[in-house]
Amino acid sequence: MEKTYSEINARIKAGKAVVLTAEELISLVEEKGLSQAAREVDVVTTGTFAPMCSSGAFLNFGHAKPRMRMQKVWLNGVSAYAGVAAVDAYIGATELPEDDPLNNNYPGEFRYGGGHVIQDLVARKPVRLKAVSYGTDCYPRRELDTTITLDDINEATLFNPRNAYQNYNCAVNLTSRTIYTYMGMLNPQLGNAHYSTSGQLSPLLKDPHFKTIGIGTKIFLGGGMGFVAWHGTQHFPSIQSGDGKDLGPAGGTLAVIGDLKQMNPRWLVGTSYVGYGATLSVGIGVPIPILNEEIARYAAATDHELYAPVVDYGEAYPSRTPGNLGYVSYAELKSGKISISGKAVPTAPLSSVPRAREIASTLKEWIQQGSFLLTEPVQLLPAPADGRTANFLKG
Amino acid sequence: MSPKRIVLRFGADISDKPVIYRLVKDFNLVVNIVKANVNPRKEGTMVLEITGEQWDQGLVYLRSQGVAVQDLTEEIIRNEEKCVMCGACTAICPTGALFLERPSMEVHFDGDHCIVCQLCLKVCPMRAMEVRL
Repeated sequence: MEKTYSEINARIKAGKAVVLTAEELISLVEEKGLSQAAREVDVVTTGTFAPMCSSGAFLNFGHAKPRMRMQKVWLNGVSAYAGVAAVDAYIGATELPEDDPLNNNYPGEFRYGGGHVIQDLVARKPVRLKAVSYGTDCYPRRELDTTITLDDINEATLFNPRNAYQNYNCAVNLTSRTIYTYMGMLNPQLGNAHYSTSGQLSPLLKDPHFKTIGIGTKIFLGGGMGFVAWHGTQHFPSIQSGDGKDLGPAGGTLAVIGDLKQMNPRWLVGTSYVGYGATLSVGIGVPIPILNEEIARYAAATDHELYAPVVDYGEAYPSRTPGNLGYVSYAELKSGKISISGKAVPTAPLSSVPRAREIASTLKEWIQQGSFLLTEPVQLLPAPADGRTANFLKG
Repeated sequence: MSPKRIVLRFGADISDKPVIYRLVKDFNLVVNIVKANVNPRKEGTMVLEITGEQWDQGLVYLRSQGVAVQDLTEEIIRNEEKCVMCGACTAICPTGALFLERPSMEVHFDGDHCIVCQLCLKVCPMRAMEVRL
């Protein structure tokens, strides 16, 4: 049995496509078996809503009168990179105000940063734009202090160089002091364990060999429609052999792009990690066309078959010491308690499962209504078989 | 006698007056300043724990000086608009007042179990937990 993108799209247009969320597919496979489910189902929808660093937006403000070649730009006091063109800038999710106390009063609060600016823009709130320059014959203006809204400016393109990590560490703390990390507050001596994927709903856990996801794949992004632009930075999909632990510690990632003006502040949320910094939580949903039974088998993987490595963020992670404290399944993680070195450790997610479910359901509705067709990738993303591995800095 | 917890609000006209000094000296009260803040408009807020027999006369004095006095009934509330139900608070909340319901994985908040330790205010990535006085 093989299906093509055009056959599936024809069924979507005719209102006959069978679309299930990844969790619904799991139930169907349990009920009818894999082969039957693969024949019946056309599309499986996935979802994830979690803090995703390596996010940001390109903005074109339009020209002031007189004209200005903006050299330095601040949005609500948060610096945006203006070394792009006269009135273009990139606001990064983790940028902080220049007067932020940071970790000087440890642990810092990081209440506002680039991610919050992006959420304010999408929420149609007025944002203060300040710019300075040196003045040129064609762009004489040297200072600007005004207010913009998302609707006022020419373009706002969300472009996130690395989102939707395939898998992620389960973070713990073996030291005797509380630590504040991008995985949240970790209590001493294995006081708690934090993880951050939606497990059996997570987009790249459902297509681990990148059989369907590639450049041009249309996706749910920030409440609107977006596209996979490229493989994300640090895209190192890997498959471990044996013992059911199929996936590498972090795996593949996506670079995604979309028009910020059609997104929604419910799905792009400014986020603050005490003692660490600010970022943006992003909602992403990827549709997986069930082209054949192999793709269905991966898409039907359950929390019992998907594993995260347990990593000590007190010593091992900051010092880049390799290795881990073992693997735990997402079923164990979601149960609320895992066992590490014989100790029962309470777990908590940083990735919202209710929101991930909502994304998968929303994407399913869009496809069923015929308003969202699937796109065949221009080129698939590098797969585990391509053997991409991480480089590290010297020094 | 356990200390009485009160919230004081000072207008800009009296925030530079030594009212706490008079409260201690004239009414023989033991005070513990839990929180104190003066905003840019010179209006002040203070949370006090007071112990002593003449505490009621002390409150009469404060009111006579134009200080607004309220009992402290502090509680933690969840801003439902801001909470994304990630769950980051659930392994940190010491009493289980914030917890995940399974299998929905929705975050619930049971105010009856909350001891107002305020750890959730610190760790909530969306700053969805708020303290209400």
